[in-house]
Amino acid sequence: MIAKTPLLKVENAGIRFGGLKAVSEVNLELNQGELVGLIGPNGAGKTTFFNLLTGVYVPTEGTISLDGDKLNGQAPYKITKKGITRTFQNIRLFSDLSVLDNVKVAYHSLAKHSILSSIFRLPSHFSGEKEMEEKAIEFLKIFKLETVLHEQAKNLPYGQQRRLEIARALAANPKLLLLDEPAAGMNPQETEELMNLIALIRERFSLTILLIEHDMLLVMGVCERIYVLDHGQLIAEGTPEQIRNNPKVIEAYLGEEVS
Amino acid sequence: MKNVKNAKGFWGSIVLVIIFTVVTQFLINGGTLNSFYVNTLFSIGINIILAASLHLIIGITGQFSIGHAGFLAVGAYASAIVTMKLGLPFPLAIIAGGIAAAIAGLIIGIPTLRLKGDYLAIATLGFGEIVRIVFLNIDYVGGASGMTVSHLTTWPWLLACVVITIVVIVNFTNSTHGRACISIRENEIAADAMGINTTFYKVIAFVIGAFFAGVAGALHAHNFYIIQPTNFSFLKSFDILILVVIGGLGSMSGAVIAAILLTIISTFLSNYPEVRMVIYSLVLIVMMLFRPQGLLGTKEITSFLKIGKSAKGGVQHDSKNTVA
Repeated sequence: MIAKTPLLKVENAGIRFGGLKAVSEVNLELNQGELVGLIGPNGAGKTTFFNLLTGVYVPTEGTISLDGDKLNGQAPYKITKKGITRTFQNIRLFSDLSVLDNVKVAYHSLAKHSILSSIFRLPSHFSGEKEMEEKAIEFLKIFKLETVLHEQAKNLPYGQQRRLEIARALAANPKLLLLDEPAAGMNPQETEELMNLIALIRERFSLTILLIEHDMLLVMGVCERIYVLDHGQLIAEGTPEQIRNNPKVIEAYLGEEVS
Repeated sequence: MKNVKNAKGFWGSIVLVIIFTVVTQFLINGGTLNSFYVNTLFSIGINIILAASLHLIIGITGQFSIGHAGFLAVGAYASAIVTMKLGLPFPLAIIAGGIAAAIAGLIIGIPTLRLKGDYLAIATLGFGEIVRIVFLNIDYVGGASGMTVSHLTTWPWLLACVVITIVVIVNFTNSTHGRACISIRENEIAADAMGINTTFYKVIAFVIGAFFAGVAGALHAHNFYIIQPTNFSFLKSFDILILVVIGGLGSMSGAVIAAILLTIISTFLSNYPEVRMVIYSLVLIVMMLFRPQGLLGTKEITSFLKIGKSAKGGVQHDSKNTVA
C-alpha cells in the first residue's frame, strides 16, 4: 500500500555542467518512514544528486518537491529549514567548536532571541541560550556523546565524529535525512554499530532516510528499497533481492560479460 | 545562579574600567604622563578598536578582508565633516562616523561576500584603494592636502568607545549568532546545510566590523589634527591585519594584546626611523616562525585563567570559553 503523497518526489531531475550531463532524468519517490538506499559505481553521480536535493546545485531540468513543496532553486539553508538535512561523504564538522556547540549551531534556526538582544544581553538572550544548551545536552545523550560535550570536534575518534555529524544533522529537525556514505572508513564492528544507530534514530524520530553507501552488507541489510545510479541515470529500482539479481546492476558493477 | 555570577563579573569590570579611567585621567591632567605617553595611549586605544573590529570579520567569521583602512577613512571623513563643516558636537560625529562606515560595509559587503578567500581579499583591497582615491579627488574635504580637524578626542571618550566595542563584539560572539558566524569560518558548506543563512551573517559581521572601524576613524581624525587620504592607504589595512594575525585568528583578547604590544613597539621604534620597518618586520617574521597560530591561538585569555579555577572547584562548564 502506497501512501497518498510521497514525502519526496523527484521528477526528471538532472543537471548538466556545460556539455557534461552529470545527472539526468532521475525519477524517485520516497514515502514517509522509508529507508531507501542509493548505490552506484564511483562517479555515477550519487553525491551530485544529493547536492541537487539540498540546493547546493540548482537542477537544470526537472523538479524536486518535498511534501508537495517545490524546492528547485531555493537556497540550501531554506531547504534545511523545510526539512532536508544531510551528512557529508568527507566529514564536515565545525572542527574547532566543541561537540555541544556543533549541535547548538544546528538549533540556530529555532533561536528566538535576536542579534540585538544578544548584544545587550537582554533576558531573552539568557533564556534562549539556556534552552538551547539543555536541549543540545539531552540530544547528545541519545548518541552517547554526553561524555565529550566540551571536547573539540576535531579531537574525537573517527567513529564518534561520524556519529556527531549524524546527530548534528538530526538536531536541525529534518523530515528527510540524507546520509552520504556514513560507513566510509569504518571497520566491520563500527559499521554494525552504525546500522544499529540508524535503526534507532529512524524509530525514535520517525524519519525518512536516503542513504548512499558502498558497503553492500549495510545497504542490503537495512534498506527496504534500493535505487541504482550509473552514469547519471537510474538503471534499476527495487528490493535488495531484486537488485542483487538485476543483470544491469551486475553489469554496471562488474562490467559486461564477454560473449 | 550563573547569571548572578556573570552579572557580578560584569559590574566588577565596569568598576575597574571607571577606576582605570579616573586614574589615567588624573595622571594625564597632573602632567605625570607627558604628551609622548599620552599619544601612545591614544594610539593604543584606537588600534584596539580597529583590531577588535577586524577580529570579528576575519577571526570569527573567517572572511579575509584587507580593506579595513577604507572603513577607517570613511569614518574619519564623515565625522570630520560633522564637526568641522556642520559644527555638530563630537559624540554625534563618532556615531555618524560609525554609521557611515557601516553603510559602506553594507554596500561593499553584499556583492563581495559572495567571493571566497583570495578573491574576497583582492576585492576588499580594491575597495580600500577606491575609498582613498575618492577622498583624494573631493575638494570639499580638501583633496590631497587633507582636512584640518580640531582635537576633540579625549581620554574618557576614547576609553568608553574601546569598552563598548569590546563588550558588543564579545556579546555578539558568545551567542547563537556568533556561533553561526564561527560555523561559517569552520565550514561554510556545512553551515549552509545546518540552516545558517551564511550570506546574512557574513554581511552582519562585516557591517558590525565596519561600524567600529568607523568609530575608530572618528577618534583617529579628532586626535591627529589633520586627516589626509595618504593616511588610509593599503599599508594601514595591513597594519590592522597584522594585529589580528599576531594576536591569533579567532582570539579577541589576543587581538587586544597584540594591539597594545605592537603599538608600543612601533612607537618606541619611531625614534629610529631608518631601522624601524626592518625591526618591525623582523618581529613579525620571528613571531610567525615560532608561533604561527598567533599569541593566543584561538583561545581567549579567560580560558587560561580558568584552568586554575576549575582545578579548585571541580569542573566549571562555562560555555563562554568554548566559543572562539
